[in-house]
Amino acid sequence: MEPFIVYSGKTAVLNRVNVDTDQIIPKQFLKRIERTGFGQYLFFNWRFNDDGTENQEFELNQPEARGASILIAGDNFGCGSSREHAPWSLLDYGYKVVISSSFADIFHQNCLKNGILPIKLTELQLEELIKHATEQKSSYQLEVDLPKQTIKDGAGFSATFDIHPYWKEMLVNGWDEISITLQYEEKIKQYEEKTIKVTS
Amino acid sequence: MGKSIIEKIWENHVVSSEENKPDLLYIDMHYIHEVTSPQAFEGLRVKGRKVRRPDKTFATMDHNVPTINKYFITDEIAKKQLSALEKNCREFGIKLADLDSPEQGIVHVIGPELGITQPGMTIVCGDSHTSTHGAFGALAFGIGTSEVEHVFASQTLWQTKPKTLKLEITGQLGEGVTAKDVILYIISQYGVNFGGGHVVEYCGEVIRSMSMEQRMTICNMSIEGGARAGLVSPDETTYSYMRGRKHVPQGSEFDLQVEKWKTLASDEDAKYDSVISIDGSDISPMVSWGTNPGMCSPVTGHVPLLSDQPAEAKRDELARALTYMGLEEGMEITDIAVQHVFIGSCTNARIEDLRAASEVIKGKKVKESVRAMVVPGSQKVKKQAEEEGLAKIFQDAGFEWRDSGCSMCLGMNPDIVPSGEHCASTSNRNFEGRQGQGARTHLVSPIMAAAAAIHGKFVDVRNLSNHVEQPIA
Repeated sequence: MEPFIVYSGKTAVLNRVNVDTDQIIPKQFLKRIERTGFGQYLFFNWRFNDDGTENQEFELNQPEARGASILIAGDNFGCGSSREHAPWSLLDYGYKVVISSSFADIFHQNCLKNGILPIKLTELQLEELIKHATEQKSSYQLEVDLPKQTIKDGAGFSATFDIHPYWKEMLVNGWDEISITLQYEEKIKQYEEKTIKVTS
Repeated sequence: MGKSIIEKIWENHVVSSEENKPDLLYIDMHYIHEVTSPQAFEGLRVKGRKVRRPDKTFATMDHNVPTINKYFITDEIAKKQLSALEKNCREFGIKLADLDSPEQGIVHVIGPELGITQPGMTIVCGDSHTSTHGAFGALAFGIGTSEVEHVFASQTLWQTKPKTLKLEITGQLGEGVTAKDVILYIISQYGVNFGGGHVVEYCGEVIRSMSMEQRMTICNMSIEGGARAGLVSPDETTYSYMRGRKHVPQGSEFDLQVEKWKTLASDEDAKYDSVISIDGSDISPMVSWGTNPGMCSPVTGHVPLLSDQPAEAKRDELARALTYMGLEEGMEITDIAVQHVFIGSCTNARIEDLRAASEVIKGKKVKESVRAMVVPGSQKVKKQAEEEGLAKIFQDAGFEWRDSGCSMCLGMNPDIVPSGEHCASTSNRNFEGRQGQGARTHLVSPIMAAAAAIHGKFVDVRNLSNHVEQPIA
């Protein structure tokens, strides 16, 4: 995984609440056995009309949303199914950061596993951010500083965000989690031996 | 100070606990299926790693499988995914209940019925409805594919300790009110994120009086309320259900195991981060009208009015849901017509669900305008239902009787609801496009689904002459 340290990018706004993972990546696209290639199916039923043409009304199809790598979304983003295909499709499409006032637990973890930074703001902060991004459209950029745990737009808006120190370290260093866990082999073995003793 | 079952299970499974790190938790049982495992196996292969504990891993095929002519899979990509699971289980030494197996079925149905799911376990699966197994007093939750790979490689997961929510349901359920109505009611009252960051423990008289299958229905939909997991402390109902099942200790060994399980139940003086209390008598048969499980009303109620929504975001959400569902604000639930009825899914396709639905349908016919199907949760449930004569009741009424699988719950297989059509479904999600692009899902209990099949629209099952008071335990 690539280290995530300081990242700047254009924003796109999807101001809807309770966006579930069935919308992020509909089930008919979960049949692949690879981790890649899901970007083309992101928000499929919202991005495209029945005839395959782009839905001109959809927020992420607007000119100002093109090329964005930071998604600003409404509350409870990523609820529903545990499909990790959801962050895979977001990442493949081009998003590195998702900002909301809350994320579903499983989706949140899945993002972290894939180097997407989920940033939780208060409702008021999110409202303000959406206002700036919507007013300034294509020119709106955010700088995300993971070590400092801050986001700012360089024009007055700034906020700090929380992240568990463990996940911060993993993202900043781009570490493979399994490699780290396997260093705990002795402890895992001890646990297994202890439980056999208890149950026998 | 007393401990909750959640705390007890957590403490029993900590492999390592350090400051500024999540705990490293041991996983007792890892269920897998074809959709969320292929990339995890591939990850192992690429790094030359093995599955650490194949004996603590169990696989089934459920999401992609056809429920009719099951060996004839027309979808090439689905076929590839199913063969990948077969190949991976063979290569990594994992037991698989494949399409030939009499044990095959939906993962959250077969685990409990085989006695693999047991009290006090930590259980995971690449599927959000893993919370189902919490009914047995297990800490069971859904994970993504990267975590599936992590469990394969290490039999552990890094987890931050969750908050705890005690959800007490007191009193008694009224006639015609089922476990499904209880969980739909809870989500409609408290929202789709009330449980965020929490593990919910369901308790109270209503829960205590429920059968294991009813408890599974409730725990199953914990995720729809945003909870990380949901569980019920084990009791005599739990132990009776488990006795004699294939993978539990047998004879006197079982009795010894029960004594150990008894120590798991939450202590009387356990403290929780939050508490919710609900009176069971407030609950009616529920019907979802919108595009998330929180958007539901009693069958005697109506679709909400836009003007009743306090916030703009909520009004927008409601307006979008009504447009998608093709419903008018304020319309009576009993005016909603359905063209499809699906009795199935990991929420409500166990034998008691089928018994209850068959009581409603006995001697009646599915309305001509309705296409109805029953998909048993497992091949064992299917066989039992056939032996009890339930299959014949459904078929005589005009229901299609299928092989087991996830089926119409999520249209990844040929069982799809066409665009614009309404389905009364005993499943767990009514998101846009869930049962097919443009499909309009209404979540209900099995007896409400059966009633809708007869009438071609939603009716209050309590007004019908031959419904059961409670699903038979």
